[in-house]
Amino acid sequence: MIYREAGQFKTTYADDASMLPLREDRWFIWGLLAVAFIGVPLLANDYWIGAILTPFLIYSLASIGLNIITGVAGQLNLGAAAFMAVGAFSAYNFQLRIPELPLIINFLFSGFIAAGVGVIFGLPSLRIKGLYLAVTSLAAQFLFEWLFTNVEWFYNYVSSGSVTPAPMDVFGIAIDTPISKYLLTLSIVAVLTLVARNLLRSRIGRQWRAIHDMEVSAEVIGIKMAQTKLLAFAVSSFFLGVAGALYGFTYLGSIEAAAFDLHQSFIILFMIIIGGMGSLVGSFIGAAFILLFPIFMSQVMHATLSGVVDQGMLGNLELLIFGALIIFFLIVEPAGLARLWQVVKNKLRMWPFPH
Amino acid sequence: MDFFLEVLIAGLLSGVMYSLVALGFVLIFKASGVFNFAQGTMVLFAALAFVSLLESGINFWISMLLTFGIMVLLGLAIERVVLRPLINQSPITLLMVTIGLSFFLEGLAQALFGNQVHALDLGISDDPIFLADYWENAPDILISSFDIFAALTAGLLVAVLALFFNKTKHGRALRAVSDDPAAAQSVGIPLQHVTALVWAVAGFVALVAGLLWGSRLGVQFALSVIALKALPVLIIGGFTSITGAIVGGLLIGASEKLAELYVGEWFGIGGIENWFPYVLALVFLLFRPNGLFGESRINRV
Repeated sequence: MIYREAGQFKTTYADDASMLPLREDRWFIWGLLAVAFIGVPLLANDYWIGAILTPFLIYSLASIGLNIITGVAGQLNLGAAAFMAVGAFSAYNFQLRIPELPLIINFLFSGFIAAGVGVIFGLPSLRIKGLYLAVTSLAAQFLFEWLFTNVEWFYNYVSSGSVTPAPMDVFGIAIDTPISKYLLTLSIVAVLTLVARNLLRSRIGRQWRAIHDMEVSAEVIGIKMAQTKLLAFAVSSFFLGVAGALYGFTYLGSIEAAAFDLHQSFIILFMIIIGGMGSLVGSFIGAAFILLFPIFMSQVMHATLSGVVDQGMLGNLELLIFGALIIFFLIVEPAGLARLWQVVKNKLRMWPFPH
Repeated sequence: MDFFLEVLIAGLLSGVMYSLVALGFVLIFKASGVFNFAQGTMVLFAALAFVSLLESGINFWISMLLTFGIMVLLGLAIERVVLRPLINQSPITLLMVTIGLSFFLEGLAQALFGNQVHALDLGISDDPIFLADYWENAPDILISSFDIFAALTAGLLVAVLALFFNKTKHGRALRAVSDDPAAAQSVGIPLQHVTALVWAVAGFVALVAGLLWGSRLGVQFALSVIALKALPVLIIGGFTSITGAIVGGLLIGASEKLAELYVGEWFGIGGIENWFPYVLALVFLLFRPNGLFGESRINRV
């Protein structure tokens, strides 16, 4: 009743190729954007905006980045946080060394630097396949963690190794409150999501999916392997790099190598597993789930167990439940929460006459 | 030159420890095609269980046996609960489920046995040995006696495994399965038993590795991170070769210590051994994409 395509005719080619062919989908997206841009700043408090919504958006962006390379193009990447670190430290150094560079351009360039690094670490993928590729990304992970801890130039010789970005402004508007940081993050994430959405439904996205499904057949039907794979690495690392820059600038307010360790990489990997491999919606759902679940769980556990067990034990239990959840999801629904979303949508299409 | 030799030998011996972890990976990968990311955590789990039993006043050998029992049960449980429902999934899904498993085991191990660092004393002395004391014209270098003990243990373990694989019925079944699961099944080898068996054996290997690592570095959370270095070992040796695991371990151990010494000095920055093995493995992969001893696969459409 509420969600159906009956009566919505596509009369032009532009209609047929449109991003959201269903009227209901368009309304939903516009509504969501309105809530995110207008409703949230009006209604939510600083804690929600600064500590939950901003990191949610940043993690969603990072998940989209990882999803492009691992979920869509099928190239395993266990070092997502390394590319985020590259983005974050590039942004910091651009700001430090070329202060006249506008912030948006700075983020863009940082993304490009991360993309370049991604291409370099993507090069082995032309020869190495499958699980062996995992070591490439682990090499990136450990190399960059080491680089940003030990080479002092990157953090401007600050003795703690943790640097604070200078105050930001966009078109003369200062970005200093949680709300303005949130709006900046939201704008960037919205634009990049649009870019990703269009990339994935275009020729390039279909080529990536073909590589994922079977490399040999993809090559046989004329997909240029080197070019396509490296492009996937570049685009994915670009997204991760921008996410990293945002993570340092708008969320943490400081940048240090320890924030981008292997654990962080796994967190992002879990987001795309739980959200759904290869799905944009899944990136958002996964990020929300992984971010909110520990908060929810610690609230519940504090309420029920706080007198019974100590803090360290709570941490262990969280780890335990988290791991169990990953296993559970992979066994029960390998396609992730995005699949459930799809099922609900299909049900709604038929409702109330399921046949 | 003597100093170089000393570092080289120390590196080789520490590489033996990597080989021990890598062995567990290879066993499981050969038999079930699962790349078991949780092997490092299993090492931690075994060491923690053993130390906790020991600290509760149980005799050394009895706690060894008990831990062995725990690891076998754990291996069987993992196979039954986690991996059996995922049969025929893609290797990447299987890898990811073992990453989840490693989180689970980390939480479980520390919830059961506590967070603190335990000291583990196997009663083996760690005195440096002067080679020149035993040998007339040996170079003037020091070797840790504990490292030698670890190397001997690893050698013994490999010998036992080799005997097991070549002489027993179960071992041969396991090799058949790793060769061709479908053909093995058609001649009547029960696949699930073999997979369960190999998880139990991997649990045992994890126990040995955990004891040696634990008495070296203290039984602590960091063990599972160090065990990640088994990955480049596997890459260099190949995922399917036990010989490869040993040779790869030795190569990684020696080269990372030498790199730390010489390349680190050249850069003027320490900590190179954190990433050097991975980059080395990467370079190896460019020339031999299946590792030194791995089987090369032909892709067909």
